Amino acid sequence: MSVEAIDEIPAEKYQTLGLTREDFLWLLRKMCEMRKFEERVERLFFEGQLIGPCHLYLGQEAVAAGVIKALDDEDFIISTYRGHGHAIARGVPFEALMAELFGRKTGTCKGLGGSMHSAMSLEHNILLASAIVGGGIPIAVGVGLALQYRKSSRIVAVFFGDGAVNTGAFHEALNLAAVWKLPVLFVCENNFYAFSVPHKKSFAGESIAARASSYGIKAYLVDGNDVIAVYTSGKDAVAHIRSGCGPAFIECRTYRKKGHGVYDKAEYRPQNEVQEWMKKDPIERFANNLMQLGIITKEEFETLNMEIEKALDVCVEKAKAAPCLDFSELWKLVYAEEEAHYG
Amino acid sequence: MVREISYAEALNEALREEMEQDDRVIVFGEDVGVFGGVYKVTKGLLEKFGPERVRDTPISEAAIVGAAIGAALAGLRPVAEIMYMDFITIAMDQLVTHAAKIRFMSGGQVCLPMVIRTQYSLGRVHGCQHSQFLASWFLNVPGLKVVLPGTPKDAKGLLKSAIRGNDPVLFVESGVLYSWKGPVPEDEYLITIGQADIKRKGSDLTIVAFSRTVREALAAADRLSAEGIDAEVVDLMTLNPLDVKTLVGSVKKTNRLLVADDSTKTGGISAEIISRIVEEAFDYLDAPPVRVNSPDLPVPFAQPLENQYLVNADKICEAARRMVH
Repeated sequence: MSVEAIDEIPAEKYQTLGLTREDFLWLLRKMCEMRKFEERVERLFFEGQLIGPCHLYLGQEAVAAGVIKALDDEDFIISTYRGHGHAIARGVPFEALMAELFGRKTGTCKGLGGSMHSAMSLEHNILLASAIVGGGIPIAVGVGLALQYRKSSRIVAVFFGDGAVNTGAFHEALNLAAVWKLPVLFVCENNFYAFSVPHKKSFAGESIAARASSYGIKAYLVDGNDVIAVYTSGKDAVAHIRSGCGPAFIECRTYRKKGHGVYDKAEYRPQNEVQEWMKKDPIERFANNLMQLGIITKEEFETLNMEIEKALDVCVEKAKAAPCLDFSELWKLVYAEEEAHYG
Repeated sequence: MVREISYAEALNEALREEMEQDDRVIVFGEDVGVFGGVYKVTKGLLEKFGPERVRDTPISEAAIVGAAIGAALAGLRPVAEIMYMDFITIAMDQLVTHAAKIRFMSGGQVCLPMVIRTQYSLGRVHGCQHSQFLASWFLNVPGLKVVLPGTPKDAKGLLKSAIRGNDPVLFVESGVLYSWKGPVPEDEYLITIGQADIKRKGSDLTIVAFSRTVREALAAADRLSAEGIDAEVVDLMTLNPLDVKTLVGSVKKTNRLLVADDSTKTGGISAEIISRIVEEAFDYLDAPPVRVNSPDLPVPFAQPLENQYLVNADKICEAARRMVH
């Protein structure tokens, strides 16, 4: 099976995609929300107001926005420890996400998950945000199994990084999904670094997408910094899955603006490489294209960002004022059947 | 009505009955379909319930446990099989870091009604990579229930409860017991997970056992009885969470504790049980607690050596006599 490559989609072609002005603006707004949220989170960490592990989505915004736009709200998502972007694209409120980062009972996971699990929101059909690299992939296959068994038209999308593709769980899961023709969309956010180790030093093979296609899975290799290219591949992949032909795989080539976690200055990356990628900022590129097409003005874009900043001010204050769970309540959350607790 | 059927047949009945009652119950694992399970526990299920509900998987333990988690998250009640307990090591991340944690780390948003069935082949001359009894590892994993039936009746009732429950259960069968026949009621019954069972009442000492060692402990108690020692046998049945209350109650009555534990001695299940009793019933003890374990060795293959390795009625009797006299 071959790999389909989708490069940058020029602005002139936007009109042929069937997307409305609202759709374009939704994509832009979501990406700006992710950007501003993460910039705020980073600041709160540097100020010492937030503690614990946290992995920012800065630079990868086009992937979450494009893929989630291609899904229905009813479709399931399995996210990762770098999951704030997935949650924001799915409409998880800033307030709940921020409160989770502060460990508050008003958070998405009542403050028991923290940043790495904060994307989990049953209400938004995000069933899991796993903090183990590759750990969510076989679980997505199980969700796909349930959907297939129920003859549901829903699908499940699972996000993971390039580091995950070298785990055994990745290979076991892809093989099983392909053998059983399960409705799973595998989305690899290839940001070219597994923590500090560059892709070329840890990955053997031509492309990640080619690995997937070797399992007989329909695979796309996409410019992950172009939200429209991601969306287009996503639409195609989702249509393939919904037709009952089995899983699909998208490798989105992107780049994180910062380190692996907030504490990481990413000094292991060559400066020229960083600069090349910064020129391809997904938000700037898309906003410029929309301005060129007359869909948004520069002023409107600035206003949008200011609105988001204001909303963040409010949710940070609310999160800080919220309480933590009582320790005594933890016992109720270990097992669904409470009598199982004997202390 | 009660008839005698084997431990494997009892498990098979549990699966069949639960699948008949609830179409959310699906079964998958290595060789569970066409072959009917390497120990025939899933025999006939494929024919009865079809390939959508009974699936052979590739040899992919992490994917099997992961798929069970995902299926449970999406509303099914999967029963997945890991053929040998040794192979659970390959799925440890999925079992320990995912299955046991997802409910808690989500702030209680989800529950995982899933069962992982597995068996340990200690006593079947399978060598050291197919005989490991690793249940003690899971005492250290809150969020996972660990169930070990020791009789055909318990196997059926506990498996039915595990399938109907809303928590992830590691259901550990004993390979050596599969062919053991015992009385099993024909009418439907369930056995509560999390409760120990007093298999034999006695007044001179408490013998705590589970799974394979229940049979050895009961045989030992019979022999001890002929010598005038009246042993009480407590079958733990669930290791996590541990029914400390029943244990303490029994020791307060008999004032002596012996644990018959298939774990290797260091860090084994018996270590935990004795600690609990020392913490909660020290003043009631008339003798130091004693444990009969597997030695701290990998399981040898040669049958005479494996026989010496095993916890058995002889070793339990010998330890009991020393405690009482």
